[in-house]
Amino acid sequence: MPGLFIDVKVAAEAAKDTEIAKKLVEVCAVDIFAQNDDGSLRVVEENLDECVLCDLCIDAAPKGTVEVIKLYES
Amino acid sequence: MRFYEYESKALFRRHGMPLGEGQIVNSTAEARAAAEAIGGPIVVKSQVLSGGRMKAGAVQFADTPDEAAAKYDFVLPIEVGGETARSVLVEAKSPVAHEYFVSVTWDGRRKLPVLLFSDMGGIDIEEVAETHPEHLSRTHFSTILPLSERIAKEAISSVGVSGGDLNRLVPIVYRLMQVFLQYDLTLAEINPVAKLEDGSFIVLDGHVDMEAEARGDHKKLLAELGIGEDETRQARPPTEFELEGARLNAVDHRGVAGNVVEFDGNLGLIIGAGGGSLTLFDAVRKHGGKPANYCEIGGNPSVGKACNLTKLILGKPGVEKIAVMMNVVSNTRVDIVARGVIKGCLEAGKDPSKVITIFRIPGAWEDEGFKILEKYGVEYCDRSVSMYEAAGRAVAKL
Amino acid sequence: MSIFITKDTTFIIQGITGREAVNLTRENLDYGAKIIGGVTPGRRGRDVYGVPVYDSVKQIAEAHGTPDGSIVSVPPRFTRDAVFEALENGIKLIVVVTENIPRGQVAQMVELANLRGARIIGPNCLGIISPDEAKMGGMGGPAANTRQAYTKGPVGVMSRSGGMTTEIASTLTAAGLGQSTCVSIGGDAIVGTTYAELMPYFEADSETKAIAIYSEPGGRMEAELAEWVKAHNSRLPIVAFMAGRFMDEMKGMRFGHAGTIVEGKEDTTSEKIERMEAAGISVAERIEEIPDLLRKRMTEAS
Ligand code: SF4
Repeated sequence: MPGLFIDVKVAAEAAKDTEIAKKLVEVCAVDIFAQNDDGSLRVVEENLDECVLCDLCIDAAPKGTVEVIKLYES
Repeated sequence: MRFYEYESKALFRRHGMPLGEGQIVNSTAEARAAAEAIGGPIVVKSQVLSGGRMKAGAVQFADTPDEAAAKYDFVLPIEVGGETARSVLVEAKSPVAHEYFVSVTWDGRRKLPVLLFSDMGGIDIEEVAETHPEHLSRTHFSTILPLSERIAKEAISSVGVSGGDLNRLVPIVYRLMQVFLQYDLTLAEINPVAKLEDGSFIVLDGHVDMEAEARGDHKKLLAELGIGEDETRQARPPTEFELEGARLNAVDHRGVAGNVVEFDGNLGLIIGAGGGSLTLFDAVRKHGGKPANYCEIGGNPSVGKACNLTKLILGKPGVEKIAVMMNVVSNTRVDIVARGVIKGCLEAGKDPSKVITIFRIPGAWEDEGFKILEKYGVEYCDRSVSMYEAAGRAVAKL
Repeated sequence: MSIFITKDTTFIIQGITGREAVNLTRENLDYGAKIIGGVTPGRRGRDVYGVPVYDSVKQIAEAHGTPDGSIVSVPPRFTRDAVFEALENGIKLIVVVTENIPRGQVAQMVELANLRGARIIGPNCLGIISPDEAKMGGMGGPAANTRQAYTKGPVGVMSRSGGMTTEIASTLTAAGLGQSTCVSIGGDAIVGTTYAELMPYFEADSETKAIAIYSEPGGRMEAELAEWVKAHNSRLPIVAFMAGRFMDEMKGMRFGHAGTIVEGKEDTTSEKIERMEAAGISVAERIEEIPDLLRKRMTEAS
């Protein structure tokens, strides 16, 4: 189930990078990121609405690769 | 959390306080057997948490096992403060020569435990305090100096008790003080301690209250006494709705969205924090509203928790609409609560704009929260609308 | 002026690396607090927003001198020991934010504090704020929110609820009445400092011209305040708000704070209101009545 309020988009090449994936899992306090068995990144849809808009994920990944979208603004 | 008489006595017995012969029974046959085993005159006492047992007729006397069995059947259905017997205590009836009162509790003003002792036991102690103040002593004692029998001696002797009686009472009173401190009790009371005709002393009736916060430290004792972890031992047992509220609140550790208390009105309340909830509940009632529940949100609960609380309240029979209100928040986030309640409404199949009468939570992240409410068409207000006014708007929509 | 804290008050945070304490550190620093160190055993050498972390209070005192105060934010089972540590190292003002501490342990903290000539605020409280001077605790949350709700002025606020302290301050601020010092005294049955014990400090503070209090069912604190006011012929007009009136009919049920329960007649709001009114304390029905009542009482007093 996607989020009602929040969506998080990660650029495909960043999602494939295990190092970036690991970092994102670490910084997000509400478990929106997880790693697949091959180390690639997965966005945990059921946790999306828990996002606290801290921007730590945006700061942790290469510029422009992670986007946190407020669905209630569109 | 209050203990039943038989649990209090079990605790006293462990600490070497003198008690008469007795047995807890759960059927007529057991009552008869217990009376037979004891032999002689019997007291049959309903086990309830509320006071006023004697007046309600839930304490009876019997001379024979058959009579004891009949008295068991008699006290069992009697309501005391809306409560019926959990079990029945069958005890030997002892020939009493004199009754004393002893109690240990906290004095919030002096911030110390206080020992109350009177040589006029068995009657209402407030009455003794008013009519015979010289028969009641109040002795505060330290929580950091080692506990000593001296304090018990001072308390007892200052109402004029001396001789052998003083020396026999001191260890009983001292042990009660020990039990009080050791188990984080908020009340430990024996009324009366009886001097029997043969000169010995026993505890005839007593009860204790344990501080809810300390339950975790005394798990072993509670388990041994058979007190279940889900027994809240408040003035009334928790309802299914309240238990479910507690379960949902325990799912994750982020913040509080719980402390639910059931009422029978039609306006569901999602309110906080502690003081704010009390204020808002009063305000809703003042406007003639009928709350369906009390609850508390605080400490920034997760979206999921607020969502579950909303669903629980919307699912309660009789609830037509809900009001979401808090005092100005600084720690809890407005946007997170807004997300939670809207999600809860949607998952319950309701339109947030119709079912939420008002959203009045000003404070941290309010701009973000208001954007969300705007999008879903929910009526909201900021701090310029008082808690009282907001409650009025909610009630007006029903 | 203010009571207890000023711009120059130095303090530490015990349990500084905990989740809540990290927030407190940020919020207090942003409000201008002089936090000289923090304690978390085993974490010496780290820092939290630039505040150095030590293993013990003693290490901080040796490195920086004895601080004026401490905020204790450690789990309930370690709180008593943390408070004892602060007291035995000469700290005279201790704000205990931790909740769910059995009252026997609170009594022990208070007893030792009395012996050491120190003062405890709390437990289960948000601490102290003197707007534009300093803040010691969680009152008002992040500094920006705090500045929005709290402004400097003549009203002293004492409250058994941390959240309602902000609601009251915010209402006063909106009505153009600032605050001298606001103290969240805590919601437990036994607290380090009661209303009556705060009164002499407000009485001595020339900036404070009136008092607003938030009150609840349970305990004898309002009776104690009423007696104090009568006995000392206080110069300060007091306006009280009483919440939880519905609880008068619900004997034995606990709502909100640990100390909020009606056990006897004296715990009820009606009895408390009666006692306070008899002592000349005005009791407001609603929060929004507080500013006008205060103004009226201050005019009468001057
Ligand atoms: S903004 Fe913060 S909470 Fe949201 S996804 Fe990124 S790290 Fe997680």
